Amino acid sequence: MRIVNHPILDFPPQKEIHFTFDGKQITAYEGDTIASALHAAGIRVLSHSQRLHHARGFFCAIGKCSSCIMEVDGVPNVKTCLVPVKEGMIVQSQTGWGKLPDHYCQTDHQRKEFPIKQTDVAIVGAGPAGLSAAIYAARQGAKVLVMDENHLIGGQLIKQTHMFFGSKEHYARTRGIDIGKKLVEQCQGHDVEILTNCSVIGYFHPQQLAAIKDDHLFQVDAKKVIIATGASENMLTFVGNDLPGVYGAGAIQTLMNVYGVIPAKRVLMVGAGNIGVIVSYQLLQAGVEVAAVVEALPTISAYQVHASKLVRCGVPILTSHTIQRAYGNNRVEGATIVQLDEKWQEISGNERDVEVDTICLSVGLNPASEILSQAGCRMIYIPELGGHVAWHDENMETTVKGIYVAGDVAGIEEASSAMLEGRMAGIAAAESLKGSSDEIQGLKKEVRKGLKSLREGPFGEKTRIGEKKMQEASL
Amino acid sequence: MSHYLQNGILELTDLTIPSTERRKKGRVIIIECVQHIPCDPCANICPKGAITIEGEITNIPQVDFDKCNGCGLCLANCPGLAIFSVDESLPNNEAEVGIPYEFRPLPEVGEVVDVINRSGQIIGNGKVLKVRNPKSYDRTPVIYLSVPQELSLEVRFLKRKET
Repeated sequence: MRIVNHPILDFPPQKEIHFTFDGKQITAYEGDTIASALHAAGIRVLSHSQRLHHARGFFCAIGKCSSCIMEVDGVPNVKTCLVPVKEGMIVQSQTGWGKLPDHYCQTDHQRKEFPIKQTDVAIVGAGPAGLSAAIYAARQGAKVLVMDENHLIGGQLIKQTHMFFGSKEHYARTRGIDIGKKLVEQCQGHDVEILTNCSVIGYFHPQQLAAIKDDHLFQVDAKKVIIATGASENMLTFVGNDLPGVYGAGAIQTLMNVYGVIPAKRVLMVGAGNIGVIVSYQLLQAGVEVAAVVEALPTISAYQVHASKLVRCGVPILTSHTIQRAYGNNRVEGATIVQLDEKWQEISGNERDVEVDTICLSVGLNPASEILSQAGCRMIYIPELGGHVAWHDENMETTVKGIYVAGDVAGIEEASSAMLEGRMAGIAAAESLKGSSDEIQGLKKEVRKGLKSLREGPFGEKTRIGEKKMQEASL
Repeated sequence: MSHYLQNGILELTDLTIPSTERRKKGRVIIIECVQHIPCDPCANICPKGAITIEGEITNIPQVDFDKCNGCGLCLANCPGLAIFSVDESLPNNEAEVGIPYEFRPLPEVGEVVDVINRSGQIIGNGKVLKVRNPKSYDRTPVIYLSVPQELSLEVRFLKRKET
């Protein structure tokens, strides 16, 4: 099922590509990943749990949850949400842990030396923060290498069809999808190389990274490293939360806005923050029905304007309500929702069933900070920033000298602030390589001013508290 | 008292509404954005300088209804789709309402559509007067409807009738 007529996006007919899934012929479009093509063909069960063999769908669609791993052309544990389809591919459901084919074990495993790529600044993540860092470091004359495990550049911007807030200098009124393109354009003409489908798997002191591209391991020798790996969506505990059809809101957004797949018939959205209400609205734009948005808090945390534009389309937002369970036989067939009292207790007798085929969770994000932890950066748990974050100074530099952070991995916020943090990390990394200048000081001042203005007001309070906790932790 | 934090629905008492006298003179905007969010494209795009955000970017936009000529640029440029226009100078006790509309297919001029209030309820019929969708609106068309004048402050969305 594909989107044909969309108010914001064009999905022109693509070249057809054929592959097999468990022996069945599947027709995909060029540009699909294996998982998006399977969804377009109505297949949502992508794996089974190891012990109880429960059917599993994917949760994240961006390579973080591992619920979509399959055997592709004989290679096990392939994240099918990241791998583009190719003509004649043989895709099979995986049982057990998988076994590497022999030719795999004879190549990289037995080698003692690996190809080395040298660069001034290595950036992990090609989202708004990583690309901004690349642009600003490169403008100061640094050679930059950006690596991203996805096959498309732009991180989560590639699915943001709505207009951004902020001011002109934060790309206000521009749609996220177009901001991504602008950032890529700005990298051109500078010494910036972007590697897609490239996973960075480890940090080695000082400033070395191990990365894999096209099944081959290589080494990156950098002078400075910027980590801009983003975040993953939070799970929520309820009965049936592992049924295929329970997705992160971002996963649904990826399926419909990146791949043009109609992701559901009728959706229950859990969480009335900005992501929850924005994705609900975008589901309506894709022609999908949204039954309701439930929110356990007594108030809506999304911007009023986002909430209002959804509610006037006829989608109720039910505050002080939560999901009790998802039900269905190997797929979501409905959800039981229940009202909560002021002490967050379920009010018995106030349960009701909502018939939906999809449940979207938008209950917060968690910084994807594993590599920072592995590199030995001092990590702090700050709930206001989304969880474990690496301590960083005003230049976005962590406690491991030469490693910088930017974007959601440095604390969950909006893409607008991610871009500013990226600029800061890029400028600061270049500054420590090439020395400071009036221009650099001016740019840094401008970025600080921008961040401060984005964090003004009640909606910036969480970040302000989080940043304060971080500053205090440095004492 | 409004419960928009509980249900997302604004009441007229939350808003600064141009006077009846001003609305009778011709098209004028109403901004339905009541929180301190970091955003200012409306103030930047207004060619008449009618919309201002004083001081911090998180302050709430203020409208000088005498300067506003209802050109409609802000309707298409508000990232929150929170600006509407009303014009009560129409004859026959009718009013025109301008609504940003990001759905497909677009309604056609002359088409009768369901008109919808802030809560998502159908409250009557409206007729499409104009569909403005120039390239500069960047995929946020503005639909102008004629509605019964008493609904001019209530109609905030439309749905095409099911055929």
